[in-house]
Amino acid sequence: MSAPLTLLDRLWSMHEVLCREDGSALLWVDRHLVHEGSHHAFARLAERGLPVAEPGLTFAVVDHYAPTRRAGPIADPAIARMIETLRGNAARHGLRLFDLDDPDQGIVHVVGPEQGLTLPGLLITCGDSHTSTHGAFGALAFGIGATEVAHVLATQTIWQRKPQAMRITVDGALPAGVSAKDIALNWIARLGADGAQGHAVEYAGSAIRSLSMEGRMTLCNLTIEGGGRMGMVAPDEVSFAYLRNRSQAPRGGDWHKALDNWQALASDADAMFDRDVALLAEEIAPIVTWGTSPEQALPIDASVPIPDTLPPAKVQAARAALDYMGLVPGRSLAGTPVDQVFIGSCTNGRIEDLRAAAAVLAGRRARVPGLVSPGSARVKAQAEEEGLDRVFTEAGLDWVASGCSMCVGMNGDLVAAGKRCASSTNRNFRGRQGKGARTHLMSPAMVAAAAVTGTLCDVRPMLRGRPV
Amino acid sequence: MAGWSEQRGKAILLPMANIDTDQLIPARFMSTPRAEGYGRFLLHDVRRTSEGEMDPEFPLNAHPDACILVTGRNFGSGSSREAAVYALVDAGIRVVVAPSFGDIFAGNAVNNGLLPARVSEADAKLLTKTLSSGVGTGVADLASRLLLIRGVSVPFQLDDVWRTKLLNGWDDIDLTRHHSAEIAAYRGRILSEPGRFPAGDAP
Ligand code: SF4
Repeated sequence: MSAPLTLLDRLWSMHEVLCREDGSALLWVDRHLVHEGSHHAFARLAERGLPVAEPGLTFAVVDHYAPTRRAGPIADPAIARMIETLRGNAARHGLRLFDLDDPDQGIVHVVGPEQGLTLPGLLITCGDSHTSTHGAFGALAFGIGATEVAHVLATQTIWQRKPQAMRITVDGALPAGVSAKDIALNWIARLGADGAQGHAVEYAGSAIRSLSMEGRMTLCNLTIEGGGRMGMVAPDEVSFAYLRNRSQAPRGGDWHKALDNWQALASDADAMFDRDVALLAEEIAPIVTWGTSPEQALPIDASVPIPDTLPPAKVQAARAALDYMGLVPGRSLAGTPVDQVFIGSCTNGRIEDLRAAAAVLAGRRARVPGLVSPGSARVKAQAEEEGLDRVFTEAGLDWVASGCSMCVGMNGDLVAAGKRCASSTNRNFRGRQGKGARTHLMSPAMVAAAAVTGTLCDVRPMLRGRPV
Repeated sequence: MAGWSEQRGKAILLPMANIDTDQLIPARFMSTPRAEGYGRFLLHDVRRTSEGEMDPEFPLNAHPDACILVTGRNFGSGSSREAAVYALVDAGIRVVVAPSFGDIFAGNAVNNGLLPARVSEADAKLLTKTLSSGVGTGVADLASRLLLIRGVSVPFQLDDVWRTKLLNGWDDIDLTRHHSAEIAAYRGRILSEPGRFPAGDAP
């Protein structure tokens, strides 16, 4: 009898072209996604005069620098140049490009699954740390640096050492108003921003099975914020239903053959994990971050921490973070005034996220300005079909085109210095949303609630009597 | 890229945990071509006062010739931007010493000849104490996997594969191209597997 295997073991061995004695494996890459930021890698390729090995497996997306107001020419020449460079590289190497005006454009980690480029059992790389998102389909997906991007472009393979396997099991039913974002921030707060370092995280348990694909993607997306380079969920009927009829997914007889293969993509019941963590869904509350690392997060009904009461190793960082964030220790988090809100990003810019935010905002007005940027042009079209755009605009928020936008501010959508933003994004790092910007991460529903009250607040009472 | 076996020079202390890649290089500088040099972007906002002046107290400003940086856990967490490594390398840093590193950052570092030297929490504390004056002479030796900072010697952890790469300054693309026959064979095996190649845009 062979030893029980984890999902990671299965995915890994499927992609091994060879394994060196030192433990380094050469892995085949099924899909390689590039964006404007991949310019360093293309430059390396050009220096060596190398072609792209598999143009048919390489897909280019304009997202990081995409203007969210598309009318007229791009004002900033540096931004225009970044997009032009990607266009040039895509044309030179014959790559499918999802350009600004493409009806399928969007953030790379939204577009991949939406197009059916992301499938169970594939190995997917992209020069972006949130590539972990695609693991939600039972794929082996991880972010890589520019040198590695150049390597994948040139060879369609990548050298990697196998990470250790970690399992996070969430059983039970999530309370109303609590989402995948809260599961992620919960475990990251518990284990630390480096809690899963060196590990690939598999999410399991009844609460995970009950999540939609959108929720699973949010969870796998945020795995990197807990230090794990890969997150994954074994595929099931939810994954298959999402993928059926996507434009790049297998069709006809191939679809059925693929399904047969995908059913086998799971960890054996008796598989051993290097680490095992368990959470109870019922115990998870809506969470907001208070500091400048995603591990600095607390339930919304908690108070701003008093640094001296924290474990010694965390005191100094907490002090510096509170100083940067302009928060008073001991005061309740709820009630902290915010200056603006942002809903979007590859973490929480999908249709379900917009629906959750709209459910809170319907019939209400936002007290502070804010931006809603759907994760893709398709999400935008879908939301408009459902009338969600009107909910946002009637609440007083700006409804704009898709892109990374205020998640990283590269396109010029910035939070001003000293301003406080309730944000559905993934990083509350200093300066992430703009120099001196103060970011509080939370779920889209919580961002919507913050918009309505103009303060950090608990979304749960605001959902009473509403369809969610 | 040239390989190396030993780095010797000024070691400085940056006693902060979770220094992420957004701090190492803010996103707004990342459209710059590499040839223009990234050293001036390193910790751009962190090393300046709120008025935008260089903070003379900040270790990197006081010792711009340092080549070893001793810092806190989870260094280089966050985005995959290799520009964070370019900024360090172009500013002359060859060794970063910390209890832990972001996984992607560590790989990027090695690909650019920068050593991510992992030390135990206890040794990190010891080095922090040793360098409490802010600066000292340091040596990092790949063969013995030892750091010597102001006379204090501590071991560091480094994957064998990574050590070999740093020693030889190897370029993976050249290595991999030696395996082109195996890659072609693998490709042939998966050609008929449903899903392994995209179906193509629907008609
Ligand atoms: S939305 Fe933010 S995290 Fe996601 S790919 Fe864009 S910049 Fe990165």
